[in-house]
Amino acid sequence: MLDEKLIVAGFGGQGVMLTGQLLSYCATNKDINTLWFPSYGPETRGGTANCSVTISDETVNSPVISKPDSLMIFNKPSLAKFMPKLKKDGNLVVNASLVKDLDFREDVNVYEIEANDIALKLGNLKAANMVMLGAYLAITKIFTNKEIVAVMKEKFTGEKAQFIDLNKQALEAGKKAVETSA
Amino acid sequence: MAKVLMKGNEAMALAAIKAGADAFYGYPITPQNELPEYMSKHMKEHGRVFLQSESEVAAINMIYGAAGAGARVITSSSSPGIALKQEGISYMAGAELPAVIVNVMRGGPGLGGIQPSQGDYKQITRGGGNGDYYLYSLAPESLQEAVDLIKESFDIADYFRNPVMIAVDGLIGQMMEPVDFELETPKWDLPKKTWATDGNQKGRDKNIINSLYLDPNDLEKHDLKLKKKYDEMKRDHQRYELINMDKADIAIVAFGSTARVCRTSIQLLEEEGINCGMIRPITIYPFPSKAFDEIPKSVKDLLVVEMNTGQMIDDVKIVNEGKLPIHFYGRSGGIVPEAEEIVEKVKEIMGGE
Amino acid sequence: MAKTKTIYEKSNGLSDAHLSYCPGCTHGIIHKLVAECLVELDVLDRTIGISSVGCSALNYDFFSCDMQQAAHGRAPAVATGIKRVKPDSIVFTYQGDGDLASIGIAEAIHAAHRGENVTIVFVNNAIYGMTGGQMAPTTLIGQKTTTSPDGREEAHSGLPLKISEMMATIPGATYIERVSVHNPKHVIKAKKALKKAFEIQKNKQGFTLIEFISTCPVNWGMKPKDAVDWAVDNMIPYYPLGVFKDKTNEEAN
Ligand SMILES: Cc1ncc(C[n+]2csc(CCOP(=O)(O)OP(=O)(O)O)c2C)c(N)n1
Ligand code: SF4
Repeated sequence: MLDEKLIVAGFGGQGVMLTGQLLSYCATNKDINTLWFPSYGPETRGGTANCSVTISDETVNSPVISKPDSLMIFNKPSLAKFMPKLKKDGNLVVNASLVKDLDFREDVNVYEIEANDIALKLGNLKAANMVMLGAYLAITKIFTNKEIVAVMKEKFTGEKAQFIDLNKQALEAGKKAVETSA
Repeated sequence: MAKVLMKGNEAMALAAIKAGADAFYGYPITPQNELPEYMSKHMKEHGRVFLQSESEVAAINMIYGAAGAGARVITSSSSPGIALKQEGISYMAGAELPAVIVNVMRGGPGLGGIQPSQGDYKQITRGGGNGDYYLYSLAPESLQEAVDLIKESFDIADYFRNPVMIAVDGLIGQMMEPVDFELETPKWDLPKKTWATDGNQKGRDKNIINSLYLDPNDLEKHDLKLKKKYDEMKRDHQRYELINMDKADIAIVAFGSTARVCRTSIQLLEEEGINCGMIRPITIYPFPSKAFDEIPKSVKDLLVVEMNTGQMIDDVKIVNEGKLPIHFYGRSGGIVPEAEEIVEKVKEIMGGE
Repeated sequence: MAKTKTIYEKSNGLSDAHLSYCPGCTHGIIHKLVAECLVELDVLDRTIGISSVGCSALNYDFFSCDMQQAAHGRAPAVATGIKRVKPDSIVFTYQGDGDLASIGIAEAIHAAHRGENVTIVFVNNAIYGMTGGQMAPTTLIGQKTTTSPDGREEAHSGLPLKISEMMATIPGATYIERVSVHNPKHVIKAKKALKKAFEIQKNKQGFTLIEFISTCPVNWGMKPKDAVDWAVDNMIPYYPLGVFKDKTNEEAN
């Protein structure tokens, strides 16, 4: 049974919110229950931002995720804030380009993804969130990259459409990063 | 139609458009900004009116004017802004004008904070402004319920010729959930608005929209006429949901997004073999007293859970009439309780017996 | 903006609290000027400031004088209340264009009308900053905001409100000037205007308002440098700088 609770956290402007939303859009397309809830307000301007995503075959009740199954972490303050909440044996996907030399919990599965470096190699730092998402999907297998790209084609219209190809590559690169590190 | 994933504030705006809202007037305030922002983009496409007012005071009086002219109108705000609207709301109840008012609550008092809260419970359920009046007040727990209730709320407002309050909080406003906009919602039998000052006096006497009655006898008569409406709301239009009550040993009373958190608590308790039920008021005015008549004998305690320091608990005390011990658990200031905190409270109550 | 920032040193009128403004936002410079004027006029310890509701709502932490936080738009009323019971204090409000020109216009007008001996620091950035970029009464025609997604249209929202010009028509007002802080030269000019306003208050000569043309790079969707250029190219032509009323001068003549 699918019942995944994920928190995505980082700086505002790293695409944290969008990363979570893509998962919820994908769930909606597949008629799977989902709930997305963002941190909001002025503190997210330049400060840290996060969103909670629940994807479940069951009805989603509490919007608050007290014990996430997975974390996608884009910066150090977010690691400090959310790592203690992660479930035992949960997935901790960190952007290792920014979160370095830190003690990770030993009772969780840590995936260190050099997301910024990988994105830069692809030609655009902004795709780092998609590298992370690709890694997360490779680990959890909740959705395929193809399904996420289909959502992008729906949502990224106008000027944003040009980024779909880059994002697709970034998702694949994230997947590869997990496969090679495993 | 397939479900669409939308942010609560935007979903509520679209629901209002679907319900045939002719005009939206409002003023920016967090955490409800996406509602007017959505309206500013989409009301025009439908040939409807969107206007950002200079203040909440102006917004509610624009609502007064347009409602008096027979239009279907909606405004939205958050706690401090709703506080400013109270004068206009009282005038609307006095002049018997229908409107839908969305309150996406945040922490108070004063400027308070911007995170989710249910701190306006008393203000909402006691009228809020001067005089003897109430608002039919709905407290949805999910986006689907919010959308369905908003669609229906325009009819309810028209039926009673009284403002309807949609009481949600920053959680509902900011979250995204899949919503089906085409679900059938009840349609109320509505008479024509023959009372409206619509500028079309052909074939009728002149109309006046007014809340002034200088003769105490007239005002008393008017107050009693209003009271009849509130009595009808209480008698025929209470709404609530009973969850897991059949064999419950303890019952939570919670509304809105707090009730959702409590649903998870109930599941967690069930895993530990504890039977916990819930009474979920959907109307917070009228308060669903009838739900309390249905409490099974197995229930030994009531636990009121709110995102404030204890406001609905007074209504529970009134309808409970001293029968069951009443406990309280609340978080305020914008903190949403976690399901585990409520589980602990339930266990503490049950262990104490 | 790093260039202009280094010109100034931190004033005693500011506390040690970190200013919570976005990078490149000119709110910071205006704070500096207010603080410096209060120090230079040696009135800091008898000053009471009023924070309004907007991005500057938290500036009760930033100024080192006594501060009160007021409801949205009501700062001039709060200032009036204070000044009438503490006539020897120096009282200023710090208000954005949403706070003053929209919801609080009545309080601003009536404070001027009564000739309250207070100073209004009015920050015009043509948008609502705090709430995420909605239209303000001062938003320019064609300017896109989250509640004017196709750009402000005159037929729908009227023409942008010129607060200084309007306040200058109020008989009770003493001194009204509009300034800008887009370059060091104008910062110096702006400080002179503000100091004059506080001097007038110190001399009990009545109501003063200084309007600052300011930027909101975040909600304008611009880099800080581009925002300053946009203010110069678009705001100043519509909101000309200068003195709109000076009763002290009239009296001298
Ligand atoms: C009664 C009330 N209505 C609305 C708000 C929400 N609100 C907070 S700040 C603000 C406007 C901010 O704009 P402005 O005054 O231009 O200042 P800026 O943030 O741009 O500096 C509004 C509408 C509020 N706090 N209280
Ligand atoms: S939102 Fe705009 S006005 Fe507010 S601090 Fe940021 S740049 Fe300045």
